[in-house]
Amino acid sequence: MTSNTVSQPRLGNFWGLANPTRFMAFTDRILPYLIAATLAAFAIGLYLSFNAPQDYQQGYTVLIMFIHVPAAWLAMMTYSVMSVSAIGTIVWRHPLADVSLRTAAPLGAVFTFLALATGSLWGKPMWGTWWEWDARMTSVLILLIIYLGLIALSKAFDEPSEAAQPLAVMTLTGFIIIPIIKFSVDWWNTLHQPASVSRLGQPAMDAAFLYPLGTMALAYTLLFFTLHFMAMRNEVLARRIRSIKIRATRKRKQS
Amino acid sequence: MIALLAREIRIAWRAGGGILTGILFFLAVVVVFPFAVGPDTRLLSHLAPAILWIGALLASLLGLDRLFAQEREDGSLDLLVMQAHPLALTIFVKALAHWMVSGLPLVLATPLFGVMLNLSGFAIGVTALTLAAGTPAISFIGAVGAAVAVKLPRGGMLISVLVLPLVIPVLIFGIASIVGALEDPAPFTGPFLLLCATTLFTSVLGPLAASVMLRHSAD
Repeated sequence: MTSNTVSQPRLGNFWGLANPTRFMAFTDRILPYLIAATLAAFAIGLYLSFNAPQDYQQGYTVLIMFIHVPAAWLAMMTYSVMSVSAIGTIVWRHPLADVSLRTAAPLGAVFTFLALATGSLWGKPMWGTWWEWDARMTSVLILLIIYLGLIALSKAFDEPSEAAQPLAVMTLTGFIIIPIIKFSVDWWNTLHQPASVSRLGQPAMDAAFLYPLGTMALAYTLLFFTLHFMAMRNEVLARRIRSIKIRATRKRKQS
Repeated sequence: MIALLAREIRIAWRAGGGILTGILFFLAVVVVFPFAVGPDTRLLSHLAPAILWIGALLASLLGLDRLFAQEREDGSLDLLVMQAHPLALTIFVKALAHWMVSGLPLVLATPLFGVMLNLSGFAIGVTALTLAAGTPAISFIGAVGAAVAVKLPRGGMLISVLVLPLVIPVLIFGIASIVGALEDPAPFTGPFLLLCATTLFTSVLGPLAASVMLRHSAD
């Protein structure tokens, strides 16, 4: 899989790649279904969410949970996807891994921002404050800064392929934040509640909330993969255009 | 390796007094704070550990973009990469040298600044101890950022943005152990040991990550 990509000359890297071509063909086939599944999951999830019973303490504001919690999960999952891509970049120098890493970063930043914004909107009526320097919120804010830093790093190089390795190393170094976010509510006993879904045995949440939440999480995940595949396709195409342009310029100079 | 360490420190001494600039920057940060929060000595002595830590953090970040940039410009970076020694070890020594010219002087200057900020003798000792234990981690993490941005013409700002989120745990444990030493119910040993652990952890992982990066940028 990788041998035909590595042996390519440096500049032609994104020109004759067998593997991205296969990726393009694969996503071309799968994307319509993925979009349909995302829309269906969101329709069902939102319907279930709006018909969820009111919480006896929180009233209607509990509905925020259905968009807040999946966004926070996806913020962490996106970083994990980026870390796996980073390993792919460092170990195999696979160009598609770099494309995946680079296109996932803005998505992760958006999910993180969504989690922070909805959490803030939820926090105002529930905790009486927009923002608190609580361990989980602070660590998620740091995750947002890491995302934005990585995006800035990916844009800082003139030649996109040069950014691959620095981006991968920095992503893997930043991965340390993910376990900190996950366990921040257990290590520091703060305002944000501890995990109530992924608990061993019985989840601490009623099924009436669990099903809408699960559906919304599925919808968010499908949305991520849909957008990620689309962004990757765009990036692959953009690189092809770029190398075509470079070739055209070279030919013009030679003649 | 010892020769490399000596060389790094000699260069830092020679190149426009890098050590002195670091301390001056530290002094400037410390002096600016009383203007910002008002000259209330009780408030200042309460904030002093935080001020000293933030000053040390910023001063350590200052020289990071020069960590590999000079070697890259004159080409000796390729020689360092092609050495028989493991590259990670070389980077470890370079980061250590960076700490000895940026972190260590700050630790030594802490008593002076502590007195200026109305800290008690015991508090000064604790702050200096945590700074001594924690600031090496900043250099080791910073080495990764410096290696990542080595190819960038204006990487200085970007290095700070990339490195600051990663050194936050160092800051947390450093401040936590100072609070633990000064206020009764909070524990001191736990955060302080975690701070030392962070330094040791980053001293292994930082140079390794930076070496992956540099080896790539050399070819």
